[in-house]
Order: sequence, then C-alpha cells, then structure tokens
Amino acid sequence: MSESNGVLVRVENVEKNFQRGSEKVHVLSGLNLEVPDGTFLALMGPSGSGKSTLLNLIGGLDRPTTGSVEVGGDRIDKLSGRQLAAWRARHIGFIFQFYNLLPVLTAERNVELPLLLTHLSKSERRKHVETALDVVGLSHRTRHYPRQLSGGEQQRVGIARAIVTDPTLLLCDEPTGDLDRKSGDDILELLQALNRDHGKTIVMVTHDPHASARASHTVYLDKGQLSLEPPE
Amino acid sequence: MKFLSLVWSNLKRKKTRTALTLLSVFVAFVLFGLLCAIKEAFTAGVTMAGADRLISRHKVSLIMTLPVTYGPRMEAIDGVDLATHWTWFNGIYQDEPKNFFGSFPVEPISFLEMYPEYTLPEDQLKAWLNTRTGAVVGTTLVERFQWKIGDRIPLKSPIWPREGDEAWEFDIVGIYGTTENRGDPSGFFFRYDYFDEGRVNGKGEVGWYMVRVADPDRADEIAAAIDAEFANSPYETKTEPEGAFAQGFVQQMGNIGAMLVAILSAVFFTILLVAGNTMAQSVRERTEELGVLKAMGFSNGLVLSLVLAESCVIALLGGLAGLGVAWAITAGGSPVPDMLPVFFLPKPYLVIGVGLALGLGLIAGIFPAIQAMRLQVADALRRNA
Ligand SMILES: Nc1ncnc2c1ncn2[C@@H]1O[C@H](COP(=O)(O)OP(=O)(O)O)[C@@H](O)[C@H]1O
Ligand SMILES: [Mg+2]
Repeated sequence: MSESNGVLVRVENVEKNFQRGSEKVHVLSGLNLEVPDGTFLALMGPSGSGKSTLLNLIGGLDRPTTGSVEVGGDRIDKLSGRQLAAWRARHIGFIFQFYNLLPVLTAERNVELPLLLTHLSKSERRKHVETALDVVGLSHRTRHYPRQLSGGEQQRVGIARAIVTDPTLLLCDEPTGDLDRKSGDDILELLQALNRDHGKTIVMVTHDPHASARASHTVYLDKGQLSLEPPE
Repeated sequence: MKFLSLVWSNLKRKKTRTALTLLSVFVAFVLFGLLCAIKEAFTAGVTMAGADRLISRHKVSLIMTLPVTYGPRMEAIDGVDLATHWTWFNGIYQDEPKNFFGSFPVEPISFLEMYPEYTLPEDQLKAWLNTRTGAVVGTTLVERFQWKIGDRIPLKSPIWPREGDEAWEFDIVGIYGTTENRGDPSGFFFRYDYFDEGRVNGKGEVGWYMVRVADPDRADEIAAAIDAEFANSPYETKTEPEGAFAQGFVQQMGNIGAMLVAILSAVFFTILLVAGNTMAQSVRERTEELGVLKAMGFSNGLVLSLVLAESCVIALLGGLAGLGVAWAITAGGSPVPDMLPVFFLPKPYLVIGVGLALGLGLIAGIFPAIQAMRLQVADALRRNA
C-alpha cells in the first residue's frame, strides 16, 4: 500500500443512496474525507446518519453510488468483488460492536481465521496468533470458546483477529457499544496503544463522547455531510 | 486442508441436528445397500445366464414336457455344441412343504459340462456315476439340513409318484460348490436314469433342455433351427437365450427392479429434503458469521465451497457408514438362503453408492451454498445493528 502525501484514506464527492422499496434513501451526499496515515479518527453522529455506511465504503464492503474512495493509493471503488475480498484480507482489520466471533471456534482459532487466507504454514500461523493474543493481553485464554469469555475479553479476541494479519487500517464500528464503562475504557486504551505503538491508522465509529475523547481527531456526520463541529 | 477443520467445527455447532441428519443418511444407505443386494439376488439368474446358452421348452408351456430323445437330435443340429435336460421334480422332504428346495433329475456328465460354474470334486463325480441313487447337493442346502455325504434322503414328489407308492430315496454322494457368485448353491440334483426307471408315468419325458451353441453370435439363428426341427410334431419347442428366459422370469415376479428403484428414489428424495433443510437452516443461522468471514476477505467462491464441503462431509460420512454396514450384513450371507440363494453386494453398487452420497451432498448443499455466496457483507452485518 503506497500512501499519497501521507494521506491513507481519501473519500471524494461520495454519494450513497439505498433503494428501500420504491423509496430512494439518500445517506451520503457529496461527502469528502481525508484520513492521514497514523491518525486515530473518531466518527460521530446520530443514529442512522450513515456512519456504518461510510465505514463500509472505506473498508471495501460496499461501493459508493458516485464519487471515489481511495485507500493507500488504491481506487477501491473500481475493484471487482473478488479483488476487493483479496484487498480486504491484506489491508483491513474490522472490529465489530458485537465482536462477531465464531462460537464454534476457540479464541486462538478465531484469531487464526484471517491467516487461513495466507500462505503461512501452520507453525507460522500459530506464532502470529500467539503474538496477536499477546498484544491484546489474552495469552492465558487462548483455548476458551467465546461463550466462556466476558464481553471485554471477546472484544480483545476480536481485536487480535483484526490485527493478526498486520493490516494498515483498523475500522471499528462502535467497538465499546456493548461494553460496560470499565471494559470499554480498557478496549479504548488498547486501540490507543495500537495507534501509538504499532502505527495503526484507526477509524472508529462511536456515539460515546467518552470514546471519541481517546481519538486524535473527531469528525461528525450529519445529513450526509461531515463537519468538524458537533451538530446542534 | 486447513479449511477442513473449520468445516468440521461447523458441523459440531448443533450436534444433535448433525447427528440426526447423519443417522437418516446412514439409514438410507443401509437400505440402498440391502435393496441392491436383493435386486441382485432376483436378477442373478439373468446375469448368471451364459451368452452361449439357449433354453428350449415346450412351445405351449414350461410345465409341459418334451421327449428325452430330443437331446441327440438337438446336438445333431449345425452349431449346437451340447444339450442337457432338466425336469422339475418338486421333491418334498419329511412331508413338510416348508422344506422346499429345487430338486431335479439330470444327466450328470452333460449337466456338469453345461454348467462350469458348478464345481464337484473328481472323486465325488465318480461316486455319482457309480451310484444309481446318488445325488449331489449344493453347499447352502447341506448347511440348511445338516446333511453329509453318505446320508440317505427320502423325498416325495406330488408330480412324479414312484412305482410302489414309496418315497424316492437318494444317497448323497457329492456336495457341489458354485464359483464367482454364479449358480444356485441350494440345488438337489440326482440321476435321470434312476428317476425314469422308477416313475409311474411320463417315462421318457423331460422338462426342458439347455443347449450350448459354439458361436453366441449365431444364437438366434440356431434357436430358430431347433424350433424348425420339431415344428409340426406333437411336441413343438420354443427356444430362446437363457438370459431372455431368466429375464422373463424376473418380469413375472412383478418387475422387482423397477419397484426397488421406485422405493430408493422415494428414500433419496426424502433424504435430500432432510439434508437440504439441515444445510439451509445452518446457513440461515450463520448469516452474520458468513458476513464476517467475507469482511475478513474470504471470497464468495471460498464461502460457497465451505458450505458445499459441509454438506458433502455429512453425506459421505453417513453414506460410507451405511454402505459399510450394508456390506457387512450381506457379507454374512443370505438371511433367507432358500428364497434368495445368491445374496451379496457387488462392488459396482458400492461405487454407485459413493457416487450417490457425493451427489446427495452436492445437491443438498448447492442452494444454501449459493445463498451464502450471494450474501452481501454489509447486509449480513447490518442484521445485528
Ligand atoms: N442496505 C441498505 N438498504 C437500505 N437502507 C440502508 C441500507 N444500509 C443502510 N441503510 C439506511 O441508511 C441509513 C444509515 O445507516 P447506517 O449507516 O447504518 O447508520 P448509522 O451507522 O450511522 O447508525 C439508515 O437510514 C439505514 O436505514
Ligand atoms: Mg451503525
């Protein structure tokens, strides 16, 4: 991934509409965003304002109706579905509100999942998994199933899974939305450390001011547009 | 290979459901194996039939007899190698109609020459030729009644009373075997000369002839020549290839084959619904998980393969276990040797069975797999938002 002028994510004139029955829903209208490399960006806004939609566009899970999305110099809105899948595997780590771990797999096998798409050998995969679980502070619970872990611990597994392939960009959709204050704070601290010590660029959707306070920058999404000021 | 353990873990998600699906696939394939063995047993006569053998019987009915003098006349016809005769004796053992088995007076030398699949040790053949009352008996029949060489067996025949109104008495002088699952190992054969001399009526008559031709390609032509030879006599013949005769016999039995195919089709259709429903449910429950895999970079094709692999693993596990058990059951021999003397599961059916299992897995999995493949990540993940 080659960065252009230190900007990792560049969203230009993006419009995103959804068709809901006969009705057209305009979610993003002419939106622009630049995320410099190494940023920890918080994306705030009222429920239904399109935060997840924007995050999906940046992560290559969806394509804009019009406009361009460039990540690390790649015009990802131009990639085919198959190319996008391969691109995501290499460059993006997703972290979800409800952790979205596979209940049938242990923590370590959940973390291993993205590595199955690489050419790494079994022992190499194990080493990467150990490292990732170590970074999130879960080395002692590797053989546990998700249901045997607390919410905070499950989210740590989710983060380990997101960073195990060493992606440049972490995309988090309300990562603390389902956690109590204490666990939420721990997760935010972990994200900060990943940003600060491991150089990960992070875009985090949240509507918790407490969470956004941990980020280096905050932008607000309202009525399809971004602003640096919270909406009235 | 690394994905196989993922497939395996998914199967363990709902253990009861997976076990029940496995069980129904298993039962279906046990049934498949057993029905194939039964079908094979019924059609054994057809596949056993030699291509070079004709059967020649009375034109009007199989139960009407032909003169014993026809044998040499048939052998004199161009292209005929050998002729030997059979007669339906219907021997009853110990006055008990349940003790039924096929019993026939035959001419030992030409009979054994006609049927190389019947094997009789040299010394036992000698004993048969030296003993007027001698009989040779198949292995399963010997087992059934615990007979041994030297035993004297009295039989009564409702068709062929013996002079003096006595039971026919036979001395077992030999036990014949059959090779390569051909031939009926439950027969009772004795000498025609002893029979002909002792019977009250019908002297000089036999039931039907088996005729061997030198060149199977000319079989039809020779059959016609035989029938022409005896046309316009009181005993006209109808001659046809042994296979056609056996086939006709099987058709009379109610077209067993078609019936079994119908049963199996119903069974497999049901199993297809069961397995298909299992897979559909399992994919539906996992929408978010599949979405997460795709977000991680699992391609649509890979997701399709994972679902198909799951379905195929269930079908193959259940199928192979079922076929294995069916094979083990049939390897134990026929449960009803007097009704179905030939009872085994031929290898081609095992291959077909494995193919069926694979097909079942693919068809049951294909729609859920396509559904999983088409899943849009954003939609799949929005479900819980
Ligand atoms: N696939 C979709 N089809 C139809 N409408 C959608 C779809 N995805 C999102 N929307 C709509 O777009 C708007 C923004 O959704 P979302 O990005 O999830 O908001 P947020 O994450 O800010 O709460 C909502 O009104 C939502 O109903
Ligand atoms: Mg959202």
